[in-house]
Amino acid sequence: MRESRAFDLSSPRAAWRDLSLQAAAWFAAAIVAGMFLWLLFDLLWHGAARVDWTFLTTTPKSSGRSGGIAPILASTLLILFVAIAVAAPLGLATAVLLSEYTRREGRLGQMIGLSLDVLAGVPSIVVGLFGNAFFCVWLGLGFSILAGGLTLACMILPILIRTTESGLRQVPDEWRLSAEALGMSRATILIHVLIPVAAPALIAGLMLGIGRAMAETAALVFTSGYVDRMPASFLDSGRAISVHIYDLTMNVAGGDKNAYASALVLIALLIIINGIAVALADRALTRRVSAA
Amino acid sequence: MSPCSRDARLFWILSASALIASGLLLLILVFLAKESWPVIQNAGLSKFMRSDGWYPTEGAYGLLPMLAASMAMSALAIIIAAPLGVASALFCRFYAPPLISRMYRWAIILLAGIPSVVLGLWGLTVIVPLILAVSPPGTSLLAGSIILALMILPTVALTTEAALAAVPMTYWQGAAALGLSKEATILRVALPATAASIYAGILLAVARALGETMAVLMVSGNVVQLPSSLFDPVRTLTANIALEMAYATGDHRASLFVSGLVLTALVLALAAGARRSGGQIVHA
Repeated sequence: MRESRAFDLSSPRAAWRDLSLQAAAWFAAAIVAGMFLWLLFDLLWHGAARVDWTFLTTTPKSSGRSGGIAPILASTLLILFVAIAVAAPLGLATAVLLSEYTRREGRLGQMIGLSLDVLAGVPSIVVGLFGNAFFCVWLGLGFSILAGGLTLACMILPILIRTTESGLRQVPDEWRLSAEALGMSRATILIHVLIPVAAPALIAGLMLGIGRAMAETAALVFTSGYVDRMPASFLDSGRAISVHIYDLTMNVAGGDKNAYASALVLIALLIIINGIAVALADRALTRRVSAA
Repeated sequence: MSPCSRDARLFWILSASALIASGLLLLILVFLAKESWPVIQNAGLSKFMRSDGWYPTEGAYGLLPMLAASMAMSALAIIIAAPLGVASALFCRFYAPPLISRMYRWAIILLAGIPSVVLGLWGLTVIVPLILAVSPPGTSLLAGSIILALMILPTVALTTEAALAAVPMTYWQGAAALGLSKEATILRVALPATAASIYAGILLAVARALGETMAVLMVSGNVVQLPSSLFDPVRTLTANIALEMAYATGDHRASLFVSGLVLTALVLALAAGARRSGGQIVHA
């Protein structure tokens, strides 16, 4: 029985194969970790010296080669504000409908869920094409912060709905039953029982969506545009920070120092947002466990 | 107001929202079709499937070189990322000491969250000069694949790890009772049991690679041509849209929407394949 000898712990061949798989796993991990650390230290090395309070609060000079990123940060925040202000209520309402009014295996729930999953799979640049055709041209918003924010809202809606829905589904059924036994209406149950309990999941989903939106570049190039002045209204064109990094790297000779600094700012913001999301998700979990 | 009518109103608000959210996909598809219709009507779809060049203002709409570049780059990226990703998951689960495993996992999650524009910046300033030293011009199919591989590796690693975590305890116990070595347990019990999920993870990773724009745009040179070597500069479908959309008009603009439709069809087909083989969509 040759086959079984290969599995036999005591045979030298099995021991050799054991060792080589272990070596392969360590080797692969070393490559990946090495690349990651290289990337991280390269960013810190080139960017950290430039990031300070002045960099964050002054306007870019000579196409961004020098000066800071204040208007870019402002545009980024405004674009995010639009995206969240639109996506959060829409996402919450849809998630409530999915978890409270449809059964998981029901036809309606399945259809809405499928359309959301497909939407989540559409490449972001294609959502950007749609945003350009629908918001910029058809609705006549032009290259503006409003158009960019609305495009991002389309992009983050599926993830927002799915996380909120799973948060709502984790609320134990006894809670709904006891609330109903107390004679509360469905609206009251929703506002005073379900939403407070699912709030951490909702916010975690929101943070994931914000992270996704902040990293997005391609779709914003042709929806919110390139202008690096301080935006005066939602209808102004505004340059998001990721677009700024792209522009400095590709179109501005000698812009890569400030590109590195901006990249560092972007990553710092993303890590903070992710940290909040993880903490909230953990809190949601412990709350659920202690409630059960 | 009676609670009943308040409930009814709540239900209508919720339904309207859900209608908007689920109608969004339809709206996107309708608008893509509407915007690409003029050029399909004028030139026909067959003109897009040729390789006689991309000069949309002069009526040459050959998407084939860019389609080939997109596919070659994604294929190469997954060839690099799949073994590294699966091995990363094995490392985390079976070989690393607990502290290193946790740190490594944290690094993978962080890597998944690094914006593509930042990876592109790093690729352009670090990877491209290295490739340039071997064979000019540096910005190339290979550079794009390496950066893409880094981007999609977390998807493969995290889905594989989740699948391994879901292998039933009885499998491990059975393998241990048979006296299997660690290597045999992993290669002949755990990986076959999770093959469908790993495959789904790989399909999702390829879908992500195909749809990725910014990093690819920054490091792969953007010359419209059929790649003949790893060191050739190429332009992918996504990069083409990002480069030309801001100023395109008329048939040129419409032809970019056609390329968007082609891209969407490809990506959704891959995602459907992943769904069928039992994979979960991981929002990572």
